[in-house]
Amino acid sequence: MNRHWQSVTGWLEHRTGLATAIRRFLYEEIPASSGWRQVFGSVAVFLFLVQAFTGILLAFNYAPTPGDAYNSMRYILTEVTGGRLMRGLHHWGASMIIVVVVLHMIQVFLYGAYKKPREATWIAGVALLLLTLAYGLTGYLLPWDNRAYWGTVVTTQIAAQAPVVGPYLTRLLGGGGAVGVVTFARFFGLHVLLLPPATILLVVLHIYLVRKHGVAPIPGDELLPKKKFYPEQVFKDTVAIFIAFAVLFILAVVARVPLEKLADPSDTSYIPRPEWYFLFLFQTLKLFSGPLEVIGAVVLPGMAVLTLVMVPFIDRSRLVKITRRTAAFAFVFLAAVAWTGLTAVAVASTPREDTAKIDYSGPTDWLQLSPEEMTGVAYFRQERCATCHATGDGASKAGPDLTQISAHKDAGWMIEHFRHPDAMRPGSSMPPTQLNDDQLNSLAAFLLKLNPKNGSALQNAPDFAAAGALVYETHRCSECHSVNGVGEDVGPALNGLSTRRSRSWVVHHFADPNKLSPGTRMKPYQFSPRDMENLTAYLFSLPEP
Amino acid sequence: MDADDLTKPAPDPEGTTRRGFYVGAIYAIGACITAALGAPAAAYLLLGPKARKDEEWIDFGDVAKLPAGQPIEMVGRRNRTDGWKVVSEKVTAWVVKSPDGGVVAFGPRCTHLGCAHHWDDSKSKFVCPCHNSLFSVNGAVLAGPAPRALDRYAVKIEGNKLLLGGLRREPEHSA
Repeated sequence: MNRHWQSVTGWLEHRTGLATAIRRFLYEEIPASSGWRQVFGSVAVFLFLVQAFTGILLAFNYAPTPGDAYNSMRYILTEVTGGRLMRGLHHWGASMIIVVVVLHMIQVFLYGAYKKPREATWIAGVALLLLTLAYGLTGYLLPWDNRAYWGTVVTTQIAAQAPVVGPYLTRLLGGGGAVGVVTFARFFGLHVLLLPPATILLVVLHIYLVRKHGVAPIPGDELLPKKKFYPEQVFKDTVAIFIAFAVLFILAVVARVPLEKLADPSDTSYIPRPEWYFLFLFQTLKLFSGPLEVIGAVVLPGMAVLTLVMVPFIDRSRLVKITRRTAAFAFVFLAAVAWTGLTAVAVASTPREDTAKIDYSGPTDWLQLSPEEMTGVAYFRQERCATCHATGDGASKAGPDLTQISAHKDAGWMIEHFRHPDAMRPGSSMPPTQLNDDQLNSLAAFLLKLNPKNGSALQNAPDFAAAGALVYETHRCSECHSVNGVGEDVGPALNGLSTRRSRSWVVHHFADPNKLSPGTRMKPYQFSPRDMENLTAYLFSLPEP
Repeated sequence: MDADDLTKPAPDPEGTTRRGFYVGAIYAIGACITAALGAPAAAYLLLGPKARKDEEWIDFGDVAKLPAGQPIEMVGRRNRTDGWKVVSEKVTAWVVKSPDGGVVAFGPRCTHLGCAHHWDDSKSKFVCPCHNSLFSVNGAVLAGPAPRALDRYAVKIEGNKLLLGGLRREPEHSA
């Protein structure tokens, strides 16, 4: 067996020289001081491969045209096995790769590893940083939800402000007046056709240059014997890759990436936000207004990139110990402070959204519930019914699956059963509920709506909606208004309220209806801040009729 | 290819142990990451999308209006889920009511190569124009290259309403 193997590898070596190439790669000499600080480059390459892998898999179930893009994203998230994980890995991988690339850059910068003869390596690295950001920018549009759409509207308008080239850049990005199908096609083309080969070429060039000049030594290295890259440094790189991968995997599993509403160009309430790593740019832009805006939008970022490229030519001093590189430390420190400050201000100044965020990547059947049924959801949760009952998810629990009940029990039976479980079902170990008649009615109304097909979907209803519906029912709003076709028509129907009014208008209207709608028969209401929050969030989540 | 084989053994035993540990850890972590990415990827590609709702029954009209023993070409619309899309598509069936009131709905394609067949009143047979396959009013093959009887839709009658389900493949002749 071993002899056969050797003859195979021998043949391969003779024809391709592969073994020698691998050996040369692995047994390259590196300075004695090399160690944990040099792992970031390998981690970045690894994360790039993960992005390529998950990106290809996503593309297998993705339709790159607006509208279809959104539907196929929903399909990936809700129907395809492992689809949510793949999207999670790709989404969080994009953020992680930026973190790692920046850490890599800071390490190289602090140690002065960009100095002669490594200027070209550094410049290729800066280009790779820009490519990474370009992936983030173009990929952001691809789910085609509101977040994607509005974020890209802002981006293309920033590009439009560039002096001289602005209008051409706008046309290049397909944003001839608006973000639409052309912009989408261009962004998709950039993201999957142009950027990946460009990245591969640059990564190969970057690694070739690193190999050509060798890993940058530190003063004192020349006196010590050199080390081999394999296995010690490879081991350290692998451990770092493992840590990065573990963090990424946990994020992808735990932190659910929402899908918002389908992109709506007529939405006037949406507040666009770029991805976190672009927030500092977004905030910089706010410091300049009017004719000066071009400074924040184009001049400053342009100068920052130019400065990065020029770093090896600006600092041409001899290589010194890292402890003596105070200027470099000061520069990194100031940049970090500025970045953190701008990002923090941008986060803090994000106005509250008018419409509560609904995750459309899960089932949204709950949007069709009447307020009374939605109140039932609130009691269902308050009474912890799910502790003993399954709701169509196949879980094995003490009580029967409630999605099977509505088919053969009516509201009267249910209400009696809630009050005296033992009387209706002898031997039942269910404790009696302490709800009043109205509350029991709501709970029964909700349970009657449950069936095997919508069980898990109704469980997906957000807490704010259940709590908001509770406020709505307690104050008997349905005696004048209707929601999802249930209620009276003395006042206006409340579906689609978010398209007609702002949230602050509604809040003020509750306090003094007559002031905002003269002649209205609605009386003023005083809610606790929490009730007001839940009620308005609930009302603003109601779909248009 | 294990590059480790290519080097001379390290001289001191302590170095050998540490080296063995490094190499072992590299392979273990590599295997771990490959599995963590490979298994979900395999599931993503090889398992079908999660179960959809049951096949829907489409309304094909009033049974009472059908003439007995006379195949009628009927058309309805069905919503079919295709990946992330729901397509509304035309469904054609040749519906025959037997004198005892039972209803059979044949698929519109010949079982040979999928040409559309039709009922020929003068011959009292289903005729495929492509290779002259002939089928009886019961769907059985009478002549021609057709390998099996006409496919049938699942049929349900509720009151007077004819409901059509999915198309079932008839078993092939063993001869």
